[in-house]
Amino acid sequence: MSRKTEVFIIGGGPAGLSAATVAAELGAQTLLVDDSARLGGQLIKQTHRFFGSSNRDAGIRGITIANKLCEEVKSASDRLTVLENTAAVGFYANKEAGILSQSAYERVSYQAAIVCTGATENSLAFENNDLPGIYGAGGVQTLMNVHGIKPGQKILMVGSGNIGLIVSYQLIQAGVEVVGLVEGMPNIGGYLVHASKIRRLGVPIYTSHTILKALGETGVGGAVLCRVDEKFQAVPNTEFEVNCDCICLAVGLTPLIDLFQQAQCRMVHVGELGGLVPLHDSAMRTTNHDIFVAGDASGIEEATTAMLAGRIAGAKAYESIHGKSVKAEAIVEEAREELRTLRSGSTGDRIRWGRERVLKEAGSC
Amino acid sequence: MTSLRIQEHPVLSFPERKLVKFFFEDREYEGYEGEPIAAALHAAGVKTLRRSPQKNRARGFFCAIGRCSSCIMEVDGQVNIMTCITPLKPGMKIRMQKGHGVIHP
Amino acid sequence: MLKNTGIPTAEELKNVMPPHERLAKGPVAIIECLQDIPCDPCVSACPVHAIQMQSGITDRPQLNFDKCTGCGACVPKCPGLAIFIVNMQHKVAGMATLSLSYELLPIPAKDSEVDALDRSGKFLCRAKVIRVINPPAYDRTAVVTIEVPADRINDIRAIRV
Repeated sequence: MSRKTEVFIIGGGPAGLSAATVAAELGAQTLLVDDSARLGGQLIKQTHRFFGSSNRDAGIRGITIANKLCEEVKSASDRLTVLENTAAVGFYANKEAGILSQSAYERVSYQAAIVCTGATENSLAFENNDLPGIYGAGGVQTLMNVHGIKPGQKILMVGSGNIGLIVSYQLIQAGVEVVGLVEGMPNIGGYLVHASKIRRLGVPIYTSHTILKALGETGVGGAVLCRVDEKFQAVPNTEFEVNCDCICLAVGLTPLIDLFQQAQCRMVHVGELGGLVPLHDSAMRTTNHDIFVAGDASGIEEATTAMLAGRIAGAKAYESIHGKSVKAEAIVEEAREELRTLRSGSTGDRIRWGRERVLKEAGSC
Repeated sequence: MTSLRIQEHPVLSFPERKLVKFFFEDREYEGYEGEPIAAALHAAGVKTLRRSPQKNRARGFFCAIGRCSSCIMEVDGQVNIMTCITPLKPGMKIRMQKGHGVIHP
Repeated sequence: MLKNTGIPTAEELKNVMPPHERLAKGPVAIIECLQDIPCDPCVSACPVHAIQMQSGITDRPQLNFDKCTGCGACVPKCPGLAIFIVNMQHKVAGMATLSLSYELLPIPAKDSEVDALDRSGKFLCRAKVIRVINPPAYDRTAVVTIEVPADRINDIRAIRV
């Protein structure tokens, strides 16, 4: 079987849903596929209120934003088709792609594709890091906030970025004791209000510390921590044991880029963006001009900026098929202005540097 | 159910679901229909889902969204099933996968 | 230091603390938001426009203490749960009240007693709950007001039920 569409969107998280709504509302025949059973990407696990501008969803819980995006997609247009439980398996020549649902494989013929595959969780090297009971932060959120099951009774959090801080708070809300939060850097990585929030509930924050090993044979029975110096080397005789039955790793994400590589998009390694990302211009267009990118797949950031980048990609994909449109340009301009604002200030430094590098490299090819 | 099931939550409410029986290594367990197999096993206290092929080390799930393959098991005779995203059905027979698993034609 | 420990020092908090003269006039907000992060829901939450951000969304909120009425509308809107209302003009002598966001279970009942904790989670004293507001508009962030010794008002920032 085969399907024909104008805009083909891979991934139903904040970026993909926003792109789909915009493309379909502008008038493009749009197909969105998502490999999970429920649309919303990682937003469906975010019980906390979002930061950002109150013009766009700040102060609203992630789960509420997910519902809103899904509603928007459903009511966007009859030109929009959504396939859940369907994975994109690869791109072919002549603007074709393969999709696989539980029952069937199909070909999709498209004019522009927007790849919003998101990211995958990083692990960390330490002794016994493969024990059952050591989970990624997203895995903990899924188990706890989607399926209603605690990862354990006492958990150690590794990583003080926003994810580590926020998931620690969510664990406390679910009734799990967070025995400590470990961070190798001397400073807390995420927003300090999130850190203060868990600190005043009694969670010790061990900056300039690392995890040396997890204890246990078939499950986690504790962990050994120690101080690290400025070069991240363990300081001798500072080891101590913490008692926990699971460990959560919130040590960063890596963009999911297999489809771009397979489609022979040019890639660039940008540490600030989480690793290899497809080169793309300010229209979110990759070096394979039929393929656009948005969300964490274009560089690790967060949901609000993913939604805005998705809107740009949706509008630009529409224009690549139907030509310039005043309405599309207005959407792009508005989203760019909001992105500029959100990424300004010192907390946006890294992402700005990373994005500038991508744009510079894209301009030179 | 075990104490790992969240009974009440300040922000979330979890829908009522149907309790079903399933088998893990021939022992009978209970879980909610439609939840991922790995989640049902976790709630039942089973954390080791397989053994690593080379060093025989215990492995559980890691990412819970079908990316990392740490949770692959044998389900109703089929090997390499990502149990973190495969919905639980009544009567399922789940086993730890030995090594890379054997495909039964 | 806040950035190493998650606990702001008195020095770091200096600029967000209302002056004594303002505290003497009754309830007022304290916004313990000390980092330039892209976030502004408190600005639009304030019915009297007492909260402003001078150079845009990544600026820190500036509270005009004289305009602030201590109404507490901003408290449940802050994603960082970083806004508190203090009332040094409480009717009970030697006591003051502190209002804070609370998103854990169980939500304490009015007139019950809870543990009052400092910014590191350390137990300081028992405190009586004198008000709990948790309307649907607050979307599951309850605002709890406790009665605490006036001389500990700057140290107490959390409760344990």
